[in-house]
Amino acid sequence: MNVEAIVAAVGLEVKCGRESLGREVTGGYTGDLLSDVMGHSKEGYLWITRQVHQNIVAVASLKEHAGIILINGCEPAAETLEKAEAEKIPVMVSVLPAFELSGRIYNLLTSPG
Amino acid sequence: MGEPKPNLYSESFHIEGGNFNSAGIVSTSIKSILKKLGIPGDIVRKAAIVSYEAEINVVSYAKKAVVNLTVGPGVVRIEVIDEGQGIPNIDLAMQEGYSTADQRIREMGFGAGMGLCNIKNYSDDFHIESEVGKGTHLKMTIQTP
Ligand SMILES: Nc1ncnc2c1ncn2[C@@H]1O[C@H](COP(=O)(O)OP(=O)(O)OP(=O)(O)O)[C@@H](O)[C@H]1O
Ligand SMILES: [Mg+2]
Repeated sequence: MNVEAIVAAVGLEVKCGRESLGREVTGGYTGDLLSDVMGHSKEGYLWITRQVHQNIVAVASLKEHAGIILINGCEPAAETLEKAEAEKIPVMVSVLPAFELSGRIYNLLTSPG
Repeated sequence: MGEPKPNLYSESFHIEGGNFNSAGIVSTSIKSILKKLGIPGDIVRKAAIVSYEAEINVVSYAKKAVVNLTVGPGVVRIEVIDEGQGIPNIDLAMQEGYSTADQRIREMGFGAGMGLCNIKNYSDDFHIESEVGKGTHLKMTIQTP
């Protein structure tokens, strides 16, 4: 399943990085502590977080995440969007809280077929 | 055999303490250099993790640092030498969850006390030395096939 399919299925607002929405999603990780995400997430993952600061872009880029999803309708900082656009990393926003969003995406990624 | 083989690549970088806006620039450069050299993806990602965590620690806790990247046959070496407050108790600092990060640092999502653990876990060989009031010296080695 690619990022675009998840955007459509859970109703995400795409803030930047549209050109990379075709990327395959290999899994996900939910967390707000950057070194926890550094240590435990993998390439191709969607990262679900409430952090909006520009440092999230470096983490997602270094870890080769498929995209960043901000929860609870959080607005990304302007510098975050600028950097993410340059790095071609999709930043998306969901109105859902982390628990619910993670559950939905988990179901999409693990449902057979 | 016998003759030491020359390094394939070496470069030095500088990190400025306290500047969170440019944090990650050095690790991003290291990652793209290793990629261009044709180092396998999993090795590049390990190097990215260890250099990022070291870079953030310099930005968080030190005045400035020099980072030396050396790529030799079968090995990537990353050395980070900072000038700063140093670490009074390395065993304590190495414990997962131990952090002296202040509120400002925590608000950005740092301060889980996991950075040094990540460095240790993702490098094949890791050395840390520190002198209070002077600075900290990290040496990370990652093997390449
Ligand atoms: N270069 C350094 N200079 C001085 N103190 C340091 C340095 N690196 C680490 N420390 C000390 O060691 C502690 C643990 O570092 P570590 O990177 O493991 O966690 P952290 O930086 O507190 O949080 P995290 O890395 O999870 O965001 C720090 O809180 C700090 O007190
Ligand atoms: Mg740290």
